[in-house]
Amino acid sequence: MDHVARSVKEQAVAVLANIKEAITRELEGLAFVIGWEEGYDPLHAAPFFVRSLADIERLIWNPLCVHNLTSYLPKLKGRKVGIICKGCDSRSIVQLLQEGLIKREELVIIGIPCRGVVDMARIKARVDCSQITDVSFTEKAIAIKTPDGRQEIPLDEVLATKCLSCQYPTPLVYDHLAGAAFSAQRPAAALYAEVEEIEKLDLKERLAHWEKELDRCIRCYACRNACPLCVCQDQCAAESRNPHWFSQRTGVNEKVMWQIMHALHLAGRCTDCGECERACPMDIPIQRIRRKLNKEIKELFEYEAGINPEDTPPLYTFKVEEPTIKEKEW
Amino acid sequence: MSGMEGKELRVVGFLCNWCSYGGADTAGVSRFKQPTDLRIIRVPCSGRVDPLFVVKAFMEGADGVLVSGCHPRDCHYAEGNFYARRRLEVLKRFLPFMGIEPDRFAYTWVSASEGARWQKVVTDFTAQVHALGPRRAFGEGAGSGGTG
Repeated sequence: MDHVARSVKEQAVAVLANIKEAITRELEGLAFVIGWEEGYDPLHAAPFFVRSLADIERLIWNPLCVHNLTSYLPKLKGRKVGIICKGCDSRSIVQLLQEGLIKREELVIIGIPCRGVVDMARIKARVDCSQITDVSFTEKAIAIKTPDGRQEIPLDEVLATKCLSCQYPTPLVYDHLAGAAFSAQRPAAALYAEVEEIEKLDLKERLAHWEKELDRCIRCYACRNACPLCVCQDQCAAESRNPHWFSQRTGVNEKVMWQIMHALHLAGRCTDCGECERACPMDIPIQRIRRKLNKEIKELFEYEAGINPEDTPPLYTFKVEEPTIKEKEW
Repeated sequence: MSGMEGKELRVVGFLCNWCSYGGADTAGVSRFKQPTDLRIIRVPCSGRVDPLFVVKAFMEGADGVLVSGCHPRDCHYAEGNFYARRRLEVLKRFLPFMGIEPDRFAYTWVSASEGARWQKVVTDFTAQVHALGPRRAFGEGAGSGGTG
């Protein structure tokens, strides 16, 4: 056990060293490199912009690096930057490239094959997070030290939902790969498990489910702001007065409308990175709305977003005959 | 007509200017009897119909929404309805997931000469919406806050 634990730690150290070495080499030609550093306590990572060689030492890499840093990229078009990304994050890059929202030659991508990141809500449910003194990892567990003592939790119990059905652990696009590539370790069937749970409900129960969940929404638009593919944020239809899509009413009707708008604007584009759900301050399970659309898009058009930069999103194109669409007969 | 017994419902129809609106006109000129629940919104092309138009109609209290355009290959703008078909099909599969009955939304194609087909579409669609009755809006039922 001790031997295994050490080798995992060594691997993580080697990956981080690899990242740092790549950045040291590349930094000169770049405005900055976006990565993660330790946040306000050892349990939280924060996005970090490496601007000088001295900054490189502050970088970290571990399952606390939850953020999809690619959300920064569309606004940085025109500047050459570096970015560190996980497998899921790389799909956002592919999708942004596909839509011409970023340029490949303006990017240096440092990819990390990833075994999953944590869901902070799951940790908070089990540990008093007010005073964290230390956090460390082994291959299968996270160990958290607080003044009350040391608690070890199996990683699988606190990993984000998206990680438990991860199909692309190794980045699909990169210039440097830190660590050895590996293929999907999780069952693909798990991908739509939550969606299928809702599909099993009858319509009244589904309505009740969304009324209950979405009634908590405070329309803060954190889901939109965190979304790497919500690229028209300063002209978002949600805030437009003409046309006036939403009223100032606070009812659940408007909240449902907002979630449907976000999901439909992502139809055929959503790369399932889960930032919307992670950013939600009310812990509303909104990723499953996007996953439902992904499932239908996959079924209809045999298409998954963010896989190949040469593809066209299915709703931006058509076939004269659509063999998969069965229209209603009158 | 059958749909007309009892209360009239709010059915919104987005009709393309070139075919379906003409088809509805043909049905009217030919004096085909039609239910009166449908309120028609004329749009330049079915490709103009943002799926959110449909969602917004539901949120504002529509009991049913129908979208109709030119037949595929017959679009006045050559390909608008091809895009519409994909978008609307995705929407059709998505709405029930959020708890909106599948029979409350339909899309179809009616040409300007098909007055009789228009009569059938509007009659059948109105009847299927009537079978479901008025739609309960989100938050209107038990166990949740009001619509604010």
